[in-house]
Amino acid sequence: MMYNKIAQLFKNQPGRSLNVYFTAGFPELESTTTILQTLQEAGADLVEIGMPYSDPLADGPTIQQSNTVALNNGMSIKKLFEQLNNVRDTVTLPIILMGYLNPVLQFGFENFCREAARVGVDGLIIPDMPLVEYEEEYQAIFEKYNLSAIFLITPQTSEDRIRKIDDLTNAFIYMVSTASTTGNTVAGTDNQLAYFERIKQMNLKNPKLIGFGISDKKSFDLACRYAEGAIIGSAFIKVIQQPTGLQENIRDFIYLIKSGEEIFS
Amino acid sequence: MDFSVDERGYYGKFGGAYIPEMLYPNVEELRQKYLDIIYEPSFQEELDELLRDYVGRPTPLYYAKRLSEKFNTKIYLKREDLAHTGAHKINNTVGQILLAKRLGKKRIIAETGAGQHGVATATVCALAGLECIVYMGQIDTERQKPNVARMKLLGAKVIPVTSGSQTLKDATNEAIRDWISNPEDTHYIIGSVVGPHPYPDMVARFQAVISAEVRQQLLYKEGTEFPNYVVACVGGGSNAAGAFYHYLNEPAVNLVAVEAAGHGVNSGLSAATSVLGSLGIIHGSKTLLMQTEDGQIVEPHSISAGLDYPGIGPMHAHLYDSGRAKFYAITDEEAMQGVVLCSRMEGIIPAIESAHAIAALHYMQLKPDDVVVLNLSGRGDKDLQTIINYLDEHDVQ
Repeated sequence: MMYNKIAQLFKNQPGRSLNVYFTAGFPELESTTTILQTLQEAGADLVEIGMPYSDPLADGPTIQQSNTVALNNGMSIKKLFEQLNNVRDTVTLPIILMGYLNPVLQFGFENFCREAARVGVDGLIIPDMPLVEYEEEYQAIFEKYNLSAIFLITPQTSEDRIRKIDDLTNAFIYMVSTASTTGNTVAGTDNQLAYFERIKQMNLKNPKLIGFGISDKKSFDLACRYAEGAIIGSAFIKVIQQPTGLQENIRDFIYLIKSGEEIFS
Repeated sequence: MDFSVDERGYYGKFGGAYIPEMLYPNVEELRQKYLDIIYEPSFQEELDELLRDYVGRPTPLYYAKRLSEKFNTKIYLKREDLAHTGAHKINNTVGQILLAKRLGKKRIIAETGAGQHGVATATVCALAGLECIVYMGQIDTERQKPNVARMKLLGAKVIPVTSGSQTLKDATNEAIRDWISNPEDTHYIIGSVVGPHPYPDMVARFQAVISAEVRQQLLYKEGTEFPNYVVACVGGGSNAAGAFYHYLNEPAVNLVAVEAAGHGVNSGLSAATSVLGSLGIIHGSKTLLMQTEDGQIVEPHSISAGLDYPGIGPMHAHLYDSGRAKFYAITDEEAMQGVVLCSRMEGIIPAIESAHAIAALHYMQLKPDDVVVLNLSGRGDKDLQTIINYLDEHDVQ
């Protein structure tokens, strides 16, 4: 495996990694680069750029709404690659693209991977790409362009399947915190903590990031007790949809999440 | 060429299970168990009894004398409109509720467009004593008010969906989200031959009772099990799947699928997926769907809520792609004329969905000796207000 920024990140910083999701083209068509640069300055560790889709099944209302706005703004995969053309001049954070399979297929799967690699993307999350299709059709293309495939697991995912996913990826495992779409709250129930603990005890070779329901310092800290970090999406979308002070709002939000004493110490 | 589904849920290049991990355990559980459960003798016995005594099967195969004279051919109407709840949808929901009980599920969710599938689901939930939640686009709740009232009376909770186009596509998205959030105790009764494998195959098997009956009934009436044509309307395609099922591998039987052209195929307000669609993924299966160059799903249009869907089931995509079925696209106006024609010539008010199939008879080159079986998938009572409004606006006497 060639040098990969995601693997490097977890090697250098084994815990408390903050992965922030935002939707490309939201709130404004041309916000993408500003948001990326501000996230880097503010101390985010990875970024996940959502490629907007008309029918985002796994997402809740906040992210769906941001997708609709972005599409109405004129965002497309082609446009996103144009925006990311020179991104590596200023942004060193690992960059992951997240999106549903259909728009990627229409772009052309290999074309998509080639373009992603060209602009400096490190990994892809395609939640509705079946594992079996990945192994048979797409894995070779991911590897050809040195892109990491990132897969989700949920409280219902079997141990065998988690082991298989751990074998198939070289970035991190996206641990969906609970049975829900995006935008709910991590409650920290006994069941949930038992699930976090169970996965922690599996000693997987890849780091894990907990997502879905991480919205503030408290839930971020909770996630970091069981995993190498967490992913924040809907809560961040709410921050950037404020009408004014985009950069300042981002800095304040990241600061609040990452700094200070851990509540659970 | 074989037109059945393969082990991984593909019909040719269409099908599969393109679902997020959150749905994987549910769909995998179904995939592993559905065939064993539905072909268990005790399941078959219970299903047959319900289909006979509760649904009212077999539904008649009626020789439509006056329509036959008009089109100078032999037209039989398969009277799914006479099934309990007024459409073929009940065949599938009866089957799936028995399956859900055997899977130990406590809660049922469904999506509905015209409301026929919602009513059929609410009905079997009442029958089985299970909680029922039906997602329905806000626009559809308005144009199908009687069915909303029926679902509520039957004890179902109807949730109006305000996202996207507020029609069937969005109701389906919301039902999928509910299932993601309730993976253990909930069964999702999909109403058409769409969705991830095994749904298209499972729903087709439950609807196959239609063509099984047609074969027997036609043998009695015409001395042959094989008509020259089987005609059915296609939104997602469940009634067509049922009408075609036992003829799929009988090349002498011409399969005719009728889609909704809306205001016209090229008007921008259409649901004619076979013409306007391309290969893509919708609601968990790879099939033909209406989409932009960028792969965003396009809002469909049809006057019939049941055909207002931007995709077709993977079996139908394969039938289209391989040329096994011929597809026609019928406009809103032609469909409404079909409603009037069937009402006045046969005394049967068809659902607007089914009237698309009737209107397609005008385009078929039918010979006097041809035997045509047209699947009259549902009755038009639910559409009465839409029909009255249309006739008033267009001054039809």
